[in-house]
Amino acid sequence: MNAKKVVMDADGIDRSLTRIAYEILEKNRGVEDMVLVGIQTGGVFLAERLKKKISRIEGMDIPMGVLDITLYRDDLRTSNKKPRLGKTDIPFSLDNKKVMLIDDVLFTGRTIRAAMDALIDFGRPKLIQLAVLIDRGHRELPIRADFVGKNLPSSLWEAVTVSLKEKSGRDEVIIEEST
Amino acid sequence: MRLTKKDLLGIKDLSVDEINLILETAESFIEVSTREIKKVPTLRGKTVINLFMEPSTRTRTSFEIAGKRLSADTINISASTSSVVKGETLIDTARNLEAMNPDVIVLRHSASGAPHLLARLVKQSIINAGDGAHEHPTQALLDMMTIKARKGRIAGLKVAIVGDIAHSRVARSNIYGLTRMGAQVAVAGPATMLPRAIEQMGVTVHYRIEDAVRGADIIMMLRIQMERENQNVFPSLREYAKYFCLNRKNIRLAKDDVLVMHPGPINRGVEIAPDIADGPASVILEQVTNGVAVRMALLYLLSGGRS
Repeated sequence: MNAKKVVMDADGIDRSLTRIAYEILEKNRGVEDMVLVGIQTGGVFLAERLKKKISRIEGMDIPMGVLDITLYRDDLRTSNKKPRLGKTDIPFSLDNKKVMLIDDVLFTGRTIRAAMDALIDFGRPKLIQLAVLIDRGHRELPIRADFVGKNLPSSLWEAVTVSLKEKSGRDEVIIEEST
Repeated sequence: MRLTKKDLLGIKDLSVDEINLILETAESFIEVSTREIKKVPTLRGKTVINLFMEPSTRTRTSFEIAGKRLSADTINISASTSSVVKGETLIDTARNLEAMNPDVIVLRHSASGAPHLLARLVKQSIINAGDGAHEHPTQALLDMMTIKARKGRIAGLKVAIVGDIAHSRVARSNIYGLTRMGAQVAVAGPATMLPRAIEQMGVTVHYRIEDAVRGADIIMMLRIQMERENQNVFPSLREYAKYFCLNRKNIRLAKDDVLVMHPGPINRGVEIAPDIADGPASVILEQVTNGVAVRMALLYLLSGGRS
């Protein structure tokens, strides 16, 4: 049995992102000194959408960067598969900035650990906050998100997939038995 | 797609997919060298030995910087400061280095095939940093990276390679790589510098620089190895320069947006006129910058994690 369940559709994703945009503004009292950084690849598309929403609400543009965490992974030594390297592009200083780190799924927390190490190589941010579309639990590190689209309790044997229009042509979040 | 090889010995052994993987990985590494903190922790705890049995500044420095930016420990050994002067053979040197458990050995050697010998002998990854007149794969990769960055593609481009083709490992590696990637390659030089049957490598052969550079998208000038002046390969540097120097006049035969490349070190006024080497068509220093990224990509793709 390979049950596949859509847990979020396009409207659901959009509404979640709208809410997260307002929450970010509320918590930070605006966008002063704020920059968005999307984690390759899903987080980048979500960061672009949040940037649009926040910019529209506040009437001003906020800088956005792209981060690939491959070079900071903790499993490079043990895994014999070399992950394909993506582009990193953070064309501004992070010194004293409020960095909003954005990813699609928060799972073990290891990606976020790598991302924070990478960010600190780019400067000394005033603070780093984390926004994710899905939090599926099973943390292996003491890391939590500041803004969550949906908490999705899942078993380790399930796969959570976030499909986004920019990549796969449709917006949906699916959970299924992994094979 | 991943690199499953233990070693990088030559371009001849690489498929189109493998070349593309290396070039794409290298493009992503460019960014690390533009940071304020030019270092990532990727190869922490790995050891890279640069074993250079022939003089080199560019390639050795480039490998050393590449290793250091990836947080590997890099050690340089050159022939003049090693036990080679005491008569140790390459094989013994390699076995001793192996006993110290490095992860990668980068070898430059005057004998063609020396890296291949080491690759069979030791368990470490061997990267060929130039072997005799055979191959210089990292140079060809950085050249291809530079071409791709500027032209957006390699396939379909016309590339002229001019100079001492016979003694050039740079030419040989580039011919393998560029023809495999779909470029048309023309070579030119004095007859004494063109190896017999070079057309079998898929290139057209010319005896005048003008014929090779006509309509070219890329011109690669090779260094005239001054040390060969007395080997009767050419009568004099002056005569060579008169017929084969890339200058303001013959470069006009190439496309308007031609790129001029040179693996360095350049002999100004011998194979390339100073105003061309420093001119707007020249990407010589870009080649050097890309060289670090290509070597970072190779160290990343080849080192460790094979279980």
